[in-house]
Amino acid sequence: MNSFVERYSATSAVGQLRKAQRLTEEEEEFSDAAWGSQAGFGNIMNGPPSFTVPNVRDPAAFLRLHTDDHADPNCRIKIQHGTTTLAFRFQGGVIVAVDSRATAGSYIASGTVKKVIEINPYLLGTMAGGAADCQYWETYLGMHCRLHELRNRERISVSAASKYLSNLVYSYKGMGLSMGTMICGWDKTGPAVFYVDSDGTRLKGDLFSVGSGSTLAYGVLDQGYRWDLTDEEAQELGRRSIYAAGHRDAFSGNTCNLYHIKQDGWTFIGNYDIAKMHYDGPGDVPGAPGGGYGYDVRLAAANSTEVAAA
Amino acid sequence: MSIMDYNGGSVIAMVGKDCVAIASDLRLGNEALGISSNFQRVFPITDRIYLGLPGLATDVTTLRERFRFRVNMYTIKEEREIEPETFAHLVSSTLYEHRFGPYFIEPVMAGMSKAPSGGCKPFIAATDLIGCLNFAKDFVVAGTASTKLYGVAEGLWEPGLEPEDLFETISQTLMNAVDRDAFSGWGCVVHVMWALIAT
Repeated sequence: MNSFVERYSATSAVGQLRKAQRLTEEEEEFSDAAWGSQAGFGNIMNGPPSFTVPNVRDPAAFLRLHTDDHADPNCRIKIQHGTTTLAFRFQGGVIVAVDSRATAGSYIASGTVKKVIEINPYLLGTMAGGAADCQYWETYLGMHCRLHELRNRERISVSAASKYLSNLVYSYKGMGLSMGTMICGWDKTGPAVFYVDSDGTRLKGDLFSVGSGSTLAYGVLDQGYRWDLTDEEAQELGRRSIYAAGHRDAFSGNTCNLYHIKQDGWTFIGNYDIAKMHYDGPGDVPGAPGGGYGYDVRLAAANSTEVAAA
Repeated sequence: MSIMDYNGGSVIAMVGKDCVAIASDLRLGNEALGISSNFQRVFPITDRIYLGLPGLATDVTTLRERFRFRVNMYTIKEEREIEPETFAHLVSSTLYEHRFGPYFIEPVMAGMSKAPSGGCKPFIAATDLIGCLNFAKDFVVAGTASTKLYGVAEGLWEPGLEPEDLFETISQTLMNAVDRDAFSGWGCVVHVMWALIAT
């Protein structure tokens, strides 16, 4: 009965998709893309984007059957689960730091993934969960932020942008979207961080970490976080937290990407190798204590003096 | 997730010219969480045999003690050291005794066996978790990074490597394979054995 209602209801997500699909099928034989590249977003003029939907009774169940989840590791569509991302607000703006590892099962598919999505010069989004879902919807969000600017002659607030995204993903609830993201920026109210995920959760806060390494990152973050951190201290805290997660968590690692958002927009601070941070430290950067982060590396000096004393 | 991936870890052994090498990583994990970066899983059995035990860490400890006991009993009864070939069969039958409730270990061994001429001959072998023997002439791999180790070893190994070149080959193979495996890494150890009197 439930699936029957869903199939013919005009308001359910599936119903909406079917309706959109029917409309596009009726209206034109060729998609807009046939008239030249519109970078995949040419359909913005036709209202909300439409997607092809599996032609079965329950598309969501069909998709679930073929999409990676904990019940079936052998299915074909793999979604990136392992990640560490963090963002926090402080006196000097927002720090955004992420790792760069992508895994498929135990295989490390890439060590150079860009998990910070540059939505526009004032907004950053982080990527955890489905890489394609985050990339597509955050880019799409960027277009709407620009339209908001043109319509209202004023930059969109971080709150409004994140609410736009959360409403958008909520309309696809149950369809298998997978994203856990932090929308970060600077607006009239100052620095702002919002957590948005594909369940429809949207939270405002000072400090968030998302992904399989988030607990490890929180450990370092919580003990070092203060509102009145200097810029250098804050950047070092972000870097050190991602290092901790990248070191201990098997599904995070390789490198750390660090961004700092100030009043005049975001700046990319740098890319740091996690193995290098373990042995030698992040290099000659402001805020770094000098030397490696690994405790065996830090204790090497103490242990050698002990031996010398004995 | 498989019980074989619970603690992570990988081992590889290679044959060279009158020499053998066995190498492993040092990670001990609890699923995704790294616990130790100094977990020994390659053990000396005699002066001329090394045994690597990748798999479930609790069984690494159990099997190590079991093999120590059985090798000691063999030495006492036979009044001589066990040969690598014989030891491989001892490993195989010990594992098959647990055919219907196996140890979650895939042993890899490397040794120098006595040749009829009086010199030494390199020997490597591996088994699956219920003791199916694989006497390879080039290299054997096991553990969470085994698929990656096969790929790199297939590309780097060549016959007739001298001890120095074998060390470089096995080290590069292990390091590059382990860098593509989430459950292996956190340091490595390499053992090379070579004959003082060649065959």
